Amino acid sequence: MTGEFYNMSTFDTYNYDVLVIGAGGAGLRAAIEAAANGVTVGLICKSLLGKAHTVMAEGGIAAALSNVDERDNWRVHFADTMRGGQYLNDWRMAELHAKEAPDRVRELEAWGALFDRTKDGRILQRNFGGHKYPRLAHVGDRTGLEMIRTLQDHCIYQDIEVHMECTIITILKDGERVAGAFGYEREKGQFKLFRAKAIVIATGGIGRAYKITSNSWEYTGDGHSLAYNAGAELMDMEFVQFHPTGMVWPPSVRGILVTEGVRGEGGILLNSEHKRFMFNEIPELYRQQTADNEEEGWRYTQGDKQAKRPPELLTRDHVARCIVREIREGRGSPHNGVYLDISWIKTKMANAADHIKKKLPSMYNQFKKLADIDITKEAMEVGPTTHYMMGGIRVHAETQMSTVPGLFAAGEAAAGLHGANRLGGNSLSDLLVFGKRAGEYAARFAKENTQGNIDDRQVEMIAKNALEPFDRTEGENPFQVQFDLQEVMQNLVGIVRHEQELLKAMQELEKLYDRFSKVRVIGNREYNNGWHTALDLQHLLTVSEAITRAAIERKESRGAHFREDHPEKDARAGNCNLIIVKGDDGQMVVKRVPVRDMPPDLKQIIEDMK
Amino acid sequence: MKADFQIWRGDASGGKLVTYSTEIAEGMVVLDAVHQIQAEHANDLAVRWNCKAGKCGSCSAEINGIPKLMCMTRLNELPLNKPVLLLPMKAFPLIKDLVTDVSWNFRVKKKIKKFTPRAADAADGTWRIFQQDIDRVQEFRKCIECFLCQDVCHVLREHQLHDAFIGPRFLVHVAALEMHPLDTEDRLEDVKKANGIGYCNITKCCTTVCPEEITITDNAIIPLKERVADRFYDPLKMLFRFLFRSKKIIK
Repeated sequence: MTGEFYNMSTFDTYNYDVLVIGAGGAGLRAAIEAAANGVTVGLICKSLLGKAHTVMAEGGIAAALSNVDERDNWRVHFADTMRGGQYLNDWRMAELHAKEAPDRVRELEAWGALFDRTKDGRILQRNFGGHKYPRLAHVGDRTGLEMIRTLQDHCIYQDIEVHMECTIITILKDGERVAGAFGYEREKGQFKLFRAKAIVIATGGIGRAYKITSNSWEYTGDGHSLAYNAGAELMDMEFVQFHPTGMVWPPSVRGILVTEGVRGEGGILLNSEHKRFMFNEIPELYRQQTADNEEEGWRYTQGDKQAKRPPELLTRDHVARCIVREIREGRGSPHNGVYLDISWIKTKMANAADHIKKKLPSMYNQFKKLADIDITKEAMEVGPTTHYMMGGIRVHAETQMSTVPGLFAAGEAAAGLHGANRLGGNSLSDLLVFGKRAGEYAARFAKENTQGNIDDRQVEMIAKNALEPFDRTEGENPFQVQFDLQEVMQNLVGIVRHEQELLKAMQELEKLYDRFSKVRVIGNREYNNGWHTALDLQHLLTVSEAITRAAIERKESRGAHFREDHPEKDARAGNCNLIIVKGDDGQMVVKRVPVRDMPPDLKQIIEDMK
Repeated sequence: MKADFQIWRGDASGGKLVTYSTEIAEGMVVLDAVHQIQAEHANDLAVRWNCKAGKCGSCSAEINGIPKLMCMTRLNELPLNKPVLLLPMKAFPLIKDLVTDVSWNFRVKKKIKKFTPRAADAADGTWRIFQQDIDRVQEFRKCIECFLCQDVCHVLREHQLHDAFIGPRFLVHVAALEMHPLDTEDRLEDVKKANGIGYCNITKCCTTVCPEEITITDNAIIPLKERVADRFYDPLKMLFRFLFRSKKIIK
């Protein structure tokens, strides 16, 4: 039976100048840009085209278009992004992002996207956490769908070869530089070899390492792990964003995202005592910008330019921790969450129900269909959910090339822009700005370099290893190993961390590595979800280890990383980025690099915006 | 409490319905039950899914004979005193179990003339577009490409006329392009001929199954049919075209 599996001669080989792995916002934008630069492009989708997680983004794309508030400009956006990231961001990336995002949004419009409009016919922008002015271009609460469909419908007319339902398992190198990638397609389970001069990793996040997550099955940290194993450096892996508002009830929907747009439109957070607890604790960094009372907060959400923002719109790390505190101290809702109420705005406006349905249509549907709750009439129950990975592949700010020549990264898989915490809305703009840059520089690299050689024996060995789980006559169920891994990360490396728990997590991960090496897959290679889960496990284990090691090393609390045993920020020792790299002995190594000094003009901007 | 699920297991060469029993809990959707069955009893069960929140349109299947998203179908909507029947979509070739080959849809889209905006005409190098002019198109752009409308459409499902008819999904797509305030392309000739709009006889099955509640027939297909009729079947215009053509021949 195993004979057919080892029939190596059956795999197809493809040749591209640039291979883009991942077809969400960043991957599509990179592929479009590379093709526009006149090189041949292959695009790998783990699922069908247009189904990537970008589709789930709800709130909007942050860009200082200043259509709604003329005081906004790239400087304010830059300062907001740096403040949100607790100044661990790569300042050059934050600068480029703030400067280029408006053009990237206008470009989407030129490709057919239809954003909601201002009265005078321009792109409408909404309020979001951590953004000083209304900045998010949006389409109701389905902005991600609009973005991915626009990019998809633009991409299909370019010279881009799309490989749907295809997963990469290894990056191949020739000496120091990349030479290609090896993977399999789902339908028949056949292997595919891609030879490429440059590779862009745009594989998104790692949410599946946790039990409660807004991420789909695809987000197993493939790109992080592929790059790490190819010798690239990972950075900021301790910073995992837990979005404050995920659904908590019923159990089957636990983790599904409830957009920050609910709070942007005036939604408030309440505990079981019906108290608006977010007013209890305002971080120093944001005291100047936060509303003094509930009335002022409401006026802010309704566009009053004199008003300051309500505390519900503080950064996600802070809001998530406040929610955890309420729950821990016994003021949570019946299903271990808190209440998020938008229905209360009926006391402020006549047509509140219609307004909510118009502004938040998918939230209305989601709660109506999945939880039997009418959000125009009653409060939602919400709690934190694993949402986004700030950490990722360390890249050059302008070119997006990693420390491995020819290997580029963009979007969630790359690190740098968001520092210790990402602002809502900065993800979609990140995908566009740095997706474009990665595509452009990957194309340039491909033009300047020849194709590297690929070692056939190495490829055969990878294929053989990938098929091993079929050969085992006994062994563990891959789904069970994944569940147990998620449990470990959720309980021991979650929102509130402690050295002892983190060390315990390391021990547990070691056991899980061992169990992974013994998983057994049943059935054949055709569209076998069990096999795919088994192969994804190696990536999940790699990123879980990286997160845990970095979390142990950062002995302070900052942004999304909160240490119960070191609850304060350590302004001196903490002012660094943690780098994860594979050591010569194959073990994971954590290194500290100090944050780069900011040029005086950028420093001045931050000073001015304080 | 346990419930039974009869799931199609097999590929293009054949297969059978297999009954699985699994524990169900409050609030579960069909996709949860399928995942549980996959994890506990059938690791190699093929199912396509992503967001599990009705936003990506991947987990389309036929639940008790009705095309639906598995992630948005609550078990408490279904009679559980008999097995829940789960079949793959019928309008597309089967790959395995609940997964079908929907690649035809992606090929169809590529043949539709792409969005072609008029030159930017506002002072800032963009356009002015007003909300009331895009409400209709925004409705069409809610489409999550689950292809349930294609699955239920008898032209594709029963008559398998995939070569002659693009189906409701892509008529909605064409309508969104044709009604886009910036677009300058003309697709009506294609709508009439290559896209085969005449095959649609307005049974509205597509509208019924749309999980995004897009009024496919009334808002997209009928207006396109009207535009086609107006362009190609208006008696005066037909006469004009006839005279114009005759004149050219005389010359």
